[in-house]
Amino acid sequence: MALQTAANTNDPMAEWAGSLEQLKGLVTERALTGETMLLNMGPHHPSTHGVLRLLLELDGEEVITCLPDIGFLHTGIEKNIESKSYEKAVPLTDRMDYLAPMSNNTAYCLAVEKLVGLQVPERAQIMRVICLEMTRLNSHLVWLGTHAIDLGAMSVFLYCFREREELLKMFEMLSGQRMMGSYMRPGGVWRDFPPEFLPMLENFLGYFPSRVDDYEALLTKNPIWMDRTQGVGVIEPEKAMAWGVSGPSLRGSGVAWDLRKSMPYSGYDMFDFNVPVGEHGDVYDRFMVRIREMRESVKIMQQAIKRLPAKGPFRSDNRKFVPPPRAELGQSMEAVIHHFKLWTEGFAAPDEEVFVAIESPRGELGCYLHGTGGNKPRRVHFKTPSFMHISSLPVMTHGHLIADLVAIVGSVDVVLGDCDR
Amino acid sequence: MIIPQALDPVTALKQAMPDAVEDVREYGGDITIVVKPDHLQAVSQYLRDTSGLVYNFLSDVSAVDYYPDYNRPGRFGVSYHILSLLYKRRLRVKVYLPEEAPSVATVTTIWPGANWLEREIADMMGIDFVGHPDLRRLLMPDDWQGHPHRRDYPLGYETVMFSFNADEIMKHKPHATD
Repeated sequence: MALQTAANTNDPMAEWAGSLEQLKGLVTERALTGETMLLNMGPHHPSTHGVLRLLLELDGEEVITCLPDIGFLHTGIEKNIESKSYEKAVPLTDRMDYLAPMSNNTAYCLAVEKLVGLQVPERAQIMRVICLEMTRLNSHLVWLGTHAIDLGAMSVFLYCFREREELLKMFEMLSGQRMMGSYMRPGGVWRDFPPEFLPMLENFLGYFPSRVDDYEALLTKNPIWMDRTQGVGVIEPEKAMAWGVSGPSLRGSGVAWDLRKSMPYSGYDMFDFNVPVGEHGDVYDRFMVRIREMRESVKIMQQAIKRLPAKGPFRSDNRKFVPPPRAELGQSMEAVIHHFKLWTEGFAAPDEEVFVAIESPRGELGCYLHGTGGNKPRRVHFKTPSFMHISSLPVMTHGHLIADLVAIVGSVDVVLGDCDR
Repeated sequence: MIIPQALDPVTALKQAMPDAVEDVREYGGDITIVVKPDHLQAVSQYLRDTSGLVYNFLSDVSAVDYYPDYNRPGRFGVSYHILSLLYKRRLRVKVYLPEEAPSVATVTTIWPGANWLEREIADMMGIDFVGHPDLRRLLMPDDWQGHPHRRDYPLGYETVMFSFNADEIMKHKPHATD
């Protein structure tokens, strides 16, 4: 199954021939004769957004074969979770897709809740929606900035990170951490919104749409931007679905599929928002879909703030799964027992399997969770959108120029931590 | 566009291929159809192409290891999570594979997106997907020994390196050879 390693001889040419042997069937015959060129792009190339290595076969500047090589950021998160109790695994999930940690938390928590049948109070669901949409903005801002910088538009990056900074400040307010907050917990969220949070968010939502206008003024009708992105990296809707492409990349091809709308979770069905779709399935359409999605996120958050009850539980009070608040510990013996049980042993989940998928900023993020009947999971598997998108890169890049490759990798918005886990 | 009436996947499949279905389970709203490994490709084809089912999107392929004392038909389970964009519903097709030389036919011919999902399982769980176009290791290095997601593969840890034990640790590190 694994590749045969090169024959261990003293002849350097023999080793080279061995490496070529490994590529047989993966690149065309022309590469083996030297007619086309083999080029490594990455794993340290800045436009690969992390550590992605692409082995390219080039005919002049044209990409004939693209072989993505991943695993440089593999950290064994899934294996690690198997040795943790259910709640203690939440911080690990943050570190997969480090631009959208709250989405990962939510996918995992929803899976745990489904496995043990835990209900989430309505107020906590709305709080989750607010956080998820903030995460979406956060992720899309980094995507826009880096995508634009890849294609030579430096200033957009600076503007995007200016707004992202405000979001990170708000995350810090919520969870004490700018990026890896682990704010979502099975049964709800970690703690209530601090009093200064909602005014700050409302203020942000007030001026953010005009900032999106600014980004659009720099890019949308910019002739260089349009030249670089229109008609590049086209993927037809049927092909996109077959290859498991999801999220904004699928919607850019004209498929109106958004899990928030189609299969709502966490109370997304209460909100009124549109699902932007593209027409041509090229880099430009994927760009437009994400830009319009940012505006929709603002709409969702504004509705959520209106709907958020001033008082109420932010986490389930089912003490078999959720530890009691600190204040209860001084008064109730039961609370002390629950606290001790939950933080030492954790709770048990049945020997069953569940699958939950949410719409992360990048696409469909699935979490497969299999319990053992004990306090630790038997298996966790995250189906991550970046993984699927990188696997479909060969389809999208075939026949394009190497300079367009940068645009295509940027447009499907891959995060390698998400891909390798 | 007229959308054909949605069919119940379980009854439809039981009618069309009575030999293939081994078991049907439901938990937390997820329906699982356990099929015989030999019939997996035919079942997948049927679920994707039958009007009224149209499971046209492969969400996930996950493998699970029931080691050590499994009370199931096989040590390994492979779950295919498929989704119908038309009818907005999910289904899990599951196969159980034996401990000795677990292998099952690939579904890349039906959903090309299964390519890397199966490759990852081959790498991490050591399950062979017959007919897969490219089963090289995906996440682990090419010369890695063993399959890390198996339950009998230790989690492992690294001893913290200080000046007094650095040489000793370096001596025993599993550096890649040649």
